[in-house]
Amino acid sequence: MTETLLFVGDLLTSQYTYLLFAILLVVGLYIVVASSNLVKKVIGLNLFQTAIFLFFISAAYVRGGQSPILPSEGAGEGLYASPLPQVLVLTAIVVGVALTAVGLALIVRIYSEYGTLDEETLREVRADE
Amino acid sequence: MSELLPALLIVLPIVGATLPLGVGLLRENVGWSIAALVLSVEAGLAAWLAAAVYGGEGAARIVHVLGGETFGRRGATENFVVGIELVADAFSGLMVLLVAGVALAVLAFARRGGPRGNAFYSGYLLLTGGLMGLFLTGDLFNLFVFLEIVGLTTYGLVASDRDAESAVAALKYLVIGTTGASLYLLGVGYLFLRTGALNMVDVSRSLAGEPEWIDGALYGDPLVLAAFGFIAVGLMTKAAIYPLHTWQPDAYAAAPDAVTVYISALVSTGGAYAFARVTWTVFTSEFFAVGQNARILELVIVLACLSVVLGSGLAAMQRRLKRLFAYSSVSQFGLIVIGVCVAVHPAGGTQATRLAVYGVVIHLLGHGLVKGGLFATVGALAHGTGARRVREYAGLAKRRPFLSGSLAVLGLAIVGVPPTIGFLGKWYLAVGALNTRLWPVIFVVFASTLLTLLYVARLLEKLYFDGPAEGAAPAAGPEPEGPGAPGGADGAVITDGAGSLSYGMIALAVSAAVLTVLLGFAGSALTDAAQPIAQAVIEAAPEVSAGG
Repeated sequence: MTETLLFVGDLLTSQYTYLLFAILLVVGLYIVVASSNLVKKVIGLNLFQTAIFLFFISAAYVRGGQSPILPSEGAGEGLYASPLPQVLVLTAIVVGVALTAVGLALIVRIYSEYGTLDEETLREVRADE
Repeated sequence: MSELLPALLIVLPIVGATLPLGVGLLRENVGWSIAALVLSVEAGLAAWLAAAVYGGEGAARIVHVLGGETFGRRGATENFVVGIELVADAFSGLMVLLVAGVALAVLAFARRGGPRGNAFYSGYLLLTGGLMGLFLTGDLFNLFVFLEIVGLTTYGLVASDRDAESAVAALKYLVIGTTGASLYLLGVGYLFLRTGALNMVDVSRSLAGEPEWIDGALYGDPLVLAAFGFIAVGLMTKAAIYPLHTWQPDAYAAAPDAVTVYISALVSTGGAYAFARVTWTVFTSEFFAVGQNARILELVIVLACLSVVLGSGLAAMQRRLKRLFAYSSVSQFGLIVIGVCVAVHPAGGTQATRLAVYGVVIHLLGHGLVKGGLFATVGALAHGTGARRVREYAGLAKRRPFLSGSLAVLGLAIVGVPPTIGFLGKWYLAVGALNTRLWPVIFVVFASTLLTLLYVARLLEKLYFDGPAEGAAPAAGPEPEGPGAPGGADGAVITDGAGSLSYGMIALAVSAAVLTVLLGFAGSALTDAAQPIAQAVIEAAPEVSAGG
């Protein structure tokens, strides 16, 4: 019992970014699945990806660590945040932006053709054709 | 020189992709010529790479470290690699050949049938570059980036003939595909957290507990097990395994014909390849031998079996040809995933692993070839006669004997009738499964042949034994009856894009059929090529190197 409480306490005080990661991940996925609005689906997708970015950044974070930029006079001693996950996230953000752009472009075309952003309406319109 | 080849193979099409748009500002309709030029050079490089890999004793493992030796392996960090490695070995070498060959061949189809415009060819080249990267990379995060490059360009190409239906299909594909790729990324994140490495070989070594800062093997760690779960779900989405297959029929059916040929042959193959690569060489059979880890493998096998059965069943219910063969892909990739899992399942011995690996490799190649050929044939028939539904195929064999012949040969290949490459792949998969004594799996693998026959036989019966249905004359607008041109040579008369059949299309369909049969006789050459992969899987080695 106390162990569980300690674990929850630890989670809420120092590991809360992981909790946030889990919440964002599930909320994002839920929007993708449950929302019938196409734009909201893309927003959900973005939330989902942002959760994963947060996960990588949380893993890279070092309490009291500096940003990983070496001073010009040479390597300084001390704590640094891990640079690698940050670079990965930077790449993943670029990929995410490109995906959002393509998704929105497709939505623009769908809207101009069918005049709706709602998935259910879209299904009905297409079934009528 | 050959160390540069993996990088060149990726860079060439990506740089080439800027040319159709750039030169297109000055001159119109240069896209096809540029793509043909770039992809011919690419095919040459791929052949060179294959010669370098398979030329010597066994199979070489060619490694290129991006950025040079600074980013290479360092003794100070347990010989871990600093940067990104590109690796050409026995597995990726075969796949690179397939990509280069298919990319060049589909151009023959797109010349007349494909979407026009320079932008299409830019996307086409970019997709080729992404696929090359997907097959050649030796880094888990880099694999994610290439998965997304392939995904992005595929979404674009599916929607490239600018009608609204394809936009809906592409958006569906985008949402599901991106979710899958993100899940894969999450799995890689978990692995990175536990091992601190992203290079496939280094991650595999860390999981085995080789570096001294890691306390024993990590196979029992729940984080690692969760990582496998995320990666498996992500990559199975990309390979269109039930119940994550729903994007595929829509995307294949709505895409322009040339694009369907290309993506059906290569894009899902990329997902399945990535799954095989990660399961076999990163997690290795030792991971699944620990504790209850084999259960997760059995879960994947159950999904793959459902994929085989339901994919075939749904295919048999389809009226439209492109949807039919799309569902057929769901079932065939189910077989491949079964093979991937059987190869590392602890119930199977050395022999089961070896045969299953042969089956997976041969069926990956064979399915790419056969399915690409099938969609090319179906597309050519649609261009020539306007027939896109099964009932419109009644009696077509008399009007289009060559295309119908190709369809028959390729259809029988997907059923697994000897002597075709489809038979070889299924044979090894089936015998491999037999060796594991997982009886339900064996039953599904053998039943899959019958299930495939269900829809192929119906099609062949329509083609050859049904008279032309009266009143159901396909509504093809411009369909001139070329005098004495049974192969559909009449297409040459028409200069308008739609509704025209070209020699290129017929040549593509017929050569795919011929190649399917010829490769059916090349069984020993193919198993020789796959031998180093089987050896690596059996030894649970992270590197596919010269086969002993």
